[in-house]
Amino acid sequence: MTTIKKPKSPSGRKAGRRHPLSSVALIAIGLLFTGGAYAAFSTSTASAETSANSQQTIGEGKKLFAANCATCHGLAAQGTGSGPSLIGVGAAAVDFQVGTGRMPMQVNGPQAEKKAVQFTDEQIATLAAYVSSLAPGPGLPEAKLLDEKGDAANGAELFRINCAMCHNVAGAGGALTEGKYAPALDGVTSKHIYEAMVTGPQSMPVFNDMNISPESKRDIITYLKYLENNPSPGGYALGSLGPVSEGLFLWIFGLGTIVALTVWITAKSN
Amino acid sequence: MSTSTTTTDLVETKKSGGLTAAASNYIDERTSISTAVKELGRKIFPDHWSFLLGEVALYSFVIILLSGSFLTFFFSAAMTPVEYDGSFVPLKGVEMSAAMSSSLDISFDIRGGLLMRQVHHWAALLFVAAIGLHMLRIYFTGAFRKPRELNWVIGFILFILAMAEGFTGYSLPDDLLSGNGLRIIDGMVKGIPLVGTWISYLLFGGEFPGEAIVGRLYSLHILLLPAIIVALIAMHLLFVVVHKHTQYPGAGRTNQNVVGYPVLPVYAAKAGGFFFIVFGVVMLMASLFTINPIWNYGPYDPSPVSAGTQPDWYIGFADGALRLIPPGLEFVWLDHTFSFNILIPLVALGLFILVVLIYPFIEAWVTGDKREHHILDRPRNAPTRTAIGAAGVTFYAALWATASSDIIATHFKVTMEGVIHTMQFLTLVGPFIAFFIAKRVCLALQKKDREIVLHGYESGRIVRLPGGEYIEVHQPIDEYERWKLVSYSDYKPLMLRPNAQGKITTGQKLRAGMSRWFFEDRIEPVGTTELERSHGDHH
Repeated sequence: MTTIKKPKSPSGRKAGRRHPLSSVALIAIGLLFTGGAYAAFSTSTASAETSANSQQTIGEGKKLFAANCATCHGLAAQGTGSGPSLIGVGAAAVDFQVGTGRMPMQVNGPQAEKKAVQFTDEQIATLAAYVSSLAPGPGLPEAKLLDEKGDAANGAELFRINCAMCHNVAGAGGALTEGKYAPALDGVTSKHIYEAMVTGPQSMPVFNDMNISPESKRDIITYLKYLENNPSPGGYALGSLGPVSEGLFLWIFGLGTIVALTVWITAKSN
Repeated sequence: MSTSTTTTDLVETKKSGGLTAAASNYIDERTSISTAVKELGRKIFPDHWSFLLGEVALYSFVIILLSGSFLTFFFSAAMTPVEYDGSFVPLKGVEMSAAMSSSLDISFDIRGGLLMRQVHHWAALLFVAAIGLHMLRIYFTGAFRKPRELNWVIGFILFILAMAEGFTGYSLPDDLLSGNGLRIIDGMVKGIPLVGTWISYLLFGGEFPGEAIVGRLYSLHILLLPAIIVALIAMHLLFVVVHKHTQYPGAGRTNQNVVGYPVLPVYAAKAGGFFFIVFGVVMLMASLFTINPIWNYGPYDPSPVSAGTQPDWYIGFADGALRLIPPGLEFVWLDHTFSFNILIPLVALGLFILVVLIYPFIEAWVTGDKREHHILDRPRNAPTRTAIGAAGVTFYAALWATASSDIIATHFKVTMEGVIHTMQFLTLVGPFIAFFIAKRVCLALQKKDREIVLHGYESGRIVRLPGGEYIEVHQPIDEYERWKLVSYSDYKPLMLRPNAQGKITTGQKLRAGMSRWFFEDRIEPVGTTELERSHGDHH
């Protein structure tokens, strides 16, 4: 699964623009063969999922793709100078990128930002079916992995070790280089969290099933949902940003209030 | 306003009482406390809001002592690994140190524990912030001049000790955030040539993190540091009593008197009530706003580092200094590693702290002024000092802001590199810009004051004279106001003169140079003759 994803990053918007189109396509095709062969015996969920989609759904998805995505990703999803190849990214990647509104991308910037979703769920499903019909890739997660009933303690530990360096221990997000950032995880659906882990969108690394098992991914989701559904025991969390927001709050509101009170207490009575 | 009669009135009324009088008499006959009460009770304190900032610091310290004592009842300063079995679900069954486990128990399983933890932490942040603001007030009004130089030094040492208290306390829960903070300190210590590694091993009892550090920091945090702080606070306050309080310039206020309220009853009532106000504000913050959610950070583990890992605000300037250093300053030479990426910030911050510590002596040497000063300067009337202060504040603030470079990048949607480069510029060039602007603003304000003293306020009333001339009527200011504007000490640059041996030493040259730099741009206060002449040509 990991290898298939590769064409996405080297032929990404930045690098891609500098290279002629042909070399991008060549690399994509080359990787498709090697990656496809690897994925054929490492992924079972994806191939099963692909066959489940009827030819008709795939046809509809292809039309939608041609109308909305092909400008950047190419008519055969092979990638262009403006967008990476989508061959082998799987249904999970499509569902994440389109389902969170990141795709179709609105503007060029350091990274595609979350925005209002542009398609209906059916349309997203057909798009996903079309893209996953091109080559095997990570499929949509099973519902039992998204039930948020795993081991929160294990999830919290895995989250701190694997995710917190970018997303912050409380999932409040954090800065990356050159204007990129790891978004806050509050309000992200379980499905999208799972898909992000298996597909590694944008700057995020892929956490495949050998790296973090599906059950552990379920634990991580359980922890994040615990944070989301249980307000901070200590009161308003000030964005969960740590000492910076605490310090700012103290100086502006804490000391501000105190100074106002000192002025009041020393004011001359009328 | 400045009545000392109120005190005597009160004492007289008390004499009539039965039990109170008897009890007071009983105590007085055995302790002679009445002399102290008489002396202290009649002590006059001037009233100004900025004079209460030190009091805020003192009260925060009392709150810290109270809440801290509560926390010691339940905190276990050991790094023995235990399995957490408290009521916070996402940490259940996780292995952690006894320190972390007991901190979590304080937060979730001990009644009032979380509130007390948050009171302790918010009060600690307030403590250091109030000291900082208090110090700025002292600096910009020149309250550190003779005879208060030593009290400035004591106060500044208290500021450093408060930071040390804060940092040791921040490290005690042994959560991920504090562990990361300790690791940075460990790195800084190890960067010191020759002795660094030895000191680090001594401090941590072996390789970082070891199992000793929390216990050691705990001893410092609850025993040694508070003891020194209490002793220094006592000295600090004693000096305030001995020196008497400074006051802002104004009519009737001189170097020989203090205009204000006596301690008893007005000031004691106000100050006593103010303690509860400060306590109330801290309580309000602690009950409504989370601080240091250790349950999010989890137990310390050397591998993970969270995004947004910062120290508490008062250590931010040091963290910022480390972030500002460009890459490539660490190299191996003669089989030794030279970590200039750590040494440069260490030396720069050390020098900064030293200059702040001894500033009163530097200024006293430059001015050569041996007089006592009990009347405060308005910041504009000491332009160079104010400008130096502005430069120092800018330098500190730039370092401080850099500690949140990542948060600035995400929240203002700018690049991290851009933030760092901007802050590098601001740290190095910002102080000069601030110096220049502050000095010019001070001089301009002094000129405005002169103008007002000599010609009064523009009233906006245009009058046509019989001859056809139009003039605007200027409203002269009253004498009370004028006093404030003209009574400040003005220094001229020192003349370079040969000493008794007929020589001009290098020290004297340096001093004359410094004096010229301090005082060559100056606006003289309006003198009597000048004032009279200006009255003559009134329209």
